[in-house]
Amino acid sequence: MAPTVISMALATRPDKDTAPGKAPGKRPSPARSGMRPSLVRSVWDSTIGKKTVMAVSGLIMLGYLVAHMIGNLKIFFGPEDINEYAHWLRTMGEPVLHYEWALWLVRIVLVAAVVLHAVSAYQLSRRDIKARPAKYVHKRKRASYATRTMRWGGIILALFIVWHLLDLTTGTVHPGEFEHLHPYQNIIDTFSTWYSNVIYIVAVVAVGLHVRHGFWSAAQTLGAGNARRDKVLKATANALALVLTLGFVSVPVAVMTGVVS
Amino acid sequence: MKLTLRVWRQKNAGADGAMSTYEVDGISPDMSFLEMLDTLNEELIVKGEDPVAFDHDCREGICGACSLVINGDAHGPERTTSCQLHMRSFQDGDTIDVEPWRAAAFPVVKDLVVDRSAFDRIIQAGGYITAPTGAAPEAHATPVPKPDADFAFEHAECIGCGACVAACPNGSAMLFTSAKVNHLNVLPQGSPERETRVLDMVDQMDAEGFGGCTLTGECATACPKGIPLPSIAAMNKEWLRAQRRVARR
Amino acid sequence: MSTYAEYATGAPVVDTKAPSGPVNERWDKRRFEAKLVNPANRRKHTVIVVGTGLAGGSAGATLAEQGYHVVQFCFQDSPRRAHSIAAQGGINAAKNYRNDGDSIHRLFYDTVKGGDFRARESNVHRLAQISVEIIDQCVAQGVPFAREYGGLLDTRSFGGVQVSRTFYARGQTGQQLLLGAYQALSRQIAAGNVEMHARTEMLDLIVVDGRARGIVARDLITGKIDTYFADAVVLASGGYGNVFYLSTNAMNSNATAIWRAHRRGAYFANPCFTQIHPTCIPRTGDHQSKLTLMSESLRNDGRIWVPKAKGDTRPAAEIPEDERDYYLERIYPSFGNLVPRDIASRAAKNVCDEGRGVGPGGQGVYLDFADAIQRMGRKAVEAKYGNLFDMYQRITDEDPYEVPMRIYPAVHYTMGGLWVDYDLQTTIPGLFAIGEANFSDHGANRLGASALMQGLADGYFVLPSTINDYLARNPHQDELSTEHPVVQEVLAETEDRLNLLLSVDGDRTPDSFHRELGELMWEFCGMARTETGLRKALERIPQIREEFWRRIKVPGTGEEFNQSLEKANRIVDYLELAELMCLDALHRAESCGGHFREESQTADGEAERKDEEFSYAAAWEFTDTGASPVLHKEELTFEYVHPTQRSYA
Repeated sequence: MAPTVISMALATRPDKDTAPGKAPGKRPSPARSGMRPSLVRSVWDSTIGKKTVMAVSGLIMLGYLVAHMIGNLKIFFGPEDINEYAHWLRTMGEPVLHYEWALWLVRIVLVAAVVLHAVSAYQLSRRDIKARPAKYVHKRKRASYATRTMRWGGIILALFIVWHLLDLTTGTVHPGEFEHLHPYQNIIDTFSTWYSNVIYIVAVVAVGLHVRHGFWSAAQTLGAGNARRDKVLKATANALALVLTLGFVSVPVAVMTGVVS
Repeated sequence: MKLTLRVWRQKNAGADGAMSTYEVDGISPDMSFLEMLDTLNEELIVKGEDPVAFDHDCREGICGACSLVINGDAHGPERTTSCQLHMRSFQDGDTIDVEPWRAAAFPVVKDLVVDRSAFDRIIQAGGYITAPTGAAPEAHATPVPKPDADFAFEHAECIGCGACVAACPNGSAMLFTSAKVNHLNVLPQGSPERETRVLDMVDQMDAEGFGGCTLTGECATACPKGIPLPSIAAMNKEWLRAQRRVARR
Repeated sequence: MSTYAEYATGAPVVDTKAPSGPVNERWDKRRFEAKLVNPANRRKHTVIVVGTGLAGGSAGATLAEQGYHVVQFCFQDSPRRAHSIAAQGGINAAKNYRNDGDSIHRLFYDTVKGGDFRARESNVHRLAQISVEIIDQCVAQGVPFAREYGGLLDTRSFGGVQVSRTFYARGQTGQQLLLGAYQALSRQIAAGNVEMHARTEMLDLIVVDGRARGIVARDLITGKIDTYFADAVVLASGGYGNVFYLSTNAMNSNATAIWRAHRRGAYFANPCFTQIHPTCIPRTGDHQSKLTLMSESLRNDGRIWVPKAKGDTRPAAEIPEDERDYYLERIYPSFGNLVPRDIASRAAKNVCDEGRGVGPGGQGVYLDFADAIQRMGRKAVEAKYGNLFDMYQRITDEDPYEVPMRIYPAVHYTMGGLWVDYDLQTTIPGLFAIGEANFSDHGANRLGASALMQGLADGYFVLPSTINDYLARNPHQDELSTEHPVVQEVLAETEDRLNLLLSVDGDRTPDSFHRELGELMWEFCGMARTETGLRKALERIPQIREEFWRRIKVPGTGEEFNQSLEKANRIVDYLELAELMCLDALHRAESCGGHFREESQTADGEAERKDEEFSYAAAWEFTDTGASPVLHKEELTFEYVHPTQRSYA
């Protein structure tokens, strides 16, 4: 099929693959089964796969948060209760496990979840932004509210976790005299400063918003969502978000109001 | 009606574009949005100016060619296609912004016309049932439960216009892809290729440079055919199932 | 008076491929007699397919499955958008799933009779035979036809037929069937068997040594004009209803591919046979760009009326019962509102011509559901017609539950097209025409739900069988060179035509000419035609053509995406085709099917066929622009269905 000489129009139209803003041109059909990459590879390389990683790691963290919140509430039963609880966290699983092994196991799983969640989120966000390089001139209020709260909320939470660990796990930036295995006093010290309260409450609200969309979103990603179940999922997400927010916020509020001192 | 139009003008894929302002007068509320643009173009041609290029064909809401973002909404304020939007949805004296679909995977060809061939390639990757002509069994050999047939139809209604991508803040094609996956995967005829279909189509979707889904729901709100948002969750389920099955093979 | 109307009559055209013998054995016989191409040799053969509708899409996919190398074109941005997608009603098939007495023979009989005895028996019988295979094929592809609770396919009766043989997918049957074909085609594109050129429009046909060897096509994005060569060319470019400007066709549907083929030697048959659909939404003003059809099924429960008095502008609700004229019920008491499409259309035109039309411009009649709502209740009406009522309301902003709908006829389908033999080959060897682009199966009138059937029959089953015979008898030759003088000439002509359009730099837009031509055609070559009117049109068309070439304005250049240039170039061909349509309508001094000559009607105003004089298909041979064509007649014989005069009184 030899091209003919009628027009020189090619010069006005950049080659398909090099045009600015142009997605990769025609690609060969993806490999058929048999030549597929490994499960891990194909999950990690796919947008749906990364979303799945986010959903699973998110649910792990959510489970942890629920346990953490319940643990926090022990502060209302006095110093012995919560300090003993802190001690139990380390002796959990004994005598099968050695001192602190279970705790470290939980920590490792959590760190893995946080890292996978954050890396997936970062990579997916980069991809999403690249997929929509030009914005509409006519701006309107969009329901990208969820996307935005997830992205910014995620960043806020990541920073918070760092501060939170330095404050109450290592004691590095703790405002008072940090005492290992004495969370009751440590918590009261922390929430006796105004800035800690602000940081903490902002973060807890961010957790609530994040869980609210995140739980429902994870259900969709894992394929649990359908038209019939949608109301139940949304209600569960709201309930989880509310309970977590109230549970976590109750501690600084209690310290500030002197209920716990 | 008298209107001010601000229209995206771009000479070709490589050129820079910008909004241009036009005044149109004598617009009847009974006109469709595209007929209003026809009126503008007739005036431009007589004046010797380049008319506004836009995709359109059937003008009855089924071919999926028309693709205008009107005042920031894919297909405009009503839940229908641009061609079935009528000027009675606007007020005399309004200023209306008209832009092309925006997505990296849909590069602008000219003015309001974009290249949606990425959708064709997603279908080519697996959006079919292999049934060479002549090889078909008798139509009643395999009954299909009515709920499944209705589910398939609901998703098969997609017209491939791309409003879902245009509306999505991430330029994601999940709703388009899921509509076809769900249509074919629920049918007994589609089951032999059930796993490869969803895996290959999703791979191609990613390869085309569409964004991921953050479940904002913008796509389903913009869809003129009402493809529901849970369609995406259903595809995710198919995809996970396929991954497990293929890994076990 | 133009000399165009003084045409010469040439030798009769004979369908040499038509097999003889019992009608139900002819298709088998032809398939057996046809030569085959060795599967290993098929890859060497290239077949060009123009168009990706039901016929083109299914043909491209099937030829590729058979092993041919297919090069396919569509002017839309995707093969999924061809106008077949807009068909609403359904697809006929003689499955007899209802056990209601249907059979292949009955579908054959209904189609020949419905076509007013102007179609070939052999072709129609083949169509009826294949209809059952189409349903099997489409179901296997995943077309989501309507089903009953038991999981089996649902059917309904359609277009006044007494059996339920119409398969459907809600009001979107065309869309679902087209997507099935598109998906089959997509599979072949991915496999590398089909080379797909979207946004590429055929502008001319290349005929070398008397055989179709390729096409000239323009990339609509870059404006680049290229040649494409093949061993055979298949036109599946649809009908030419857009000659009328306003029609239910898509805006870009056009006649260029078939008209250019006609100019290169393919006979054009029965161009005057156009179908006008009675239930379309009336135009609202001069800005109207196209018309929208509403399903004919509305006539099952709606009552059609106009005011008795001329110029009565009162709202419908204020016109008392005794001042209304339910004219169809009055004139055709036994069929009432359910008379065939052409009769309903003409009656509407008559009452509007009398000045009794309703709505803006008086071009409409009421389709009233008040009685139906009273009888069945609003709920039942909603369940049956809800989606159509919604569509009507969206377009007109009137609530049809409260005020009667307004309807008016509109051009919908063209039965005429390129003349083809039993193998669907035109008079140019190697050039095939399928679907609405050919003239073959519907005679002078097409039955409801038969267009989809014919498109898919041609594309999936007929052409892929018959094209083998041509390719086997004409072995693959070396690829043509672009330097070949014929190729150079065709290219130069195309280039000149486009350059001329761009260089006139007049003061009228392409649409203004299209609209003018359309109004003329609607007036004189529309629902009712007269000798005087047609002669007037034949006088006027060359004048419009002359003015067109003097005053056309096409901005921009040919080396870019230029929709005005596309339009203008299509109008060039409409301006010639319109002339042939009028001539054909003038020469056929009888009424049959979609062609109604006022001079030829019975005492009670019915269409009067003249079988002794006109029992033939009129195949026209092109001579030159504006010069009278040559008529070749193909005599039609009826061995199984004997011609009778229709009567619906």
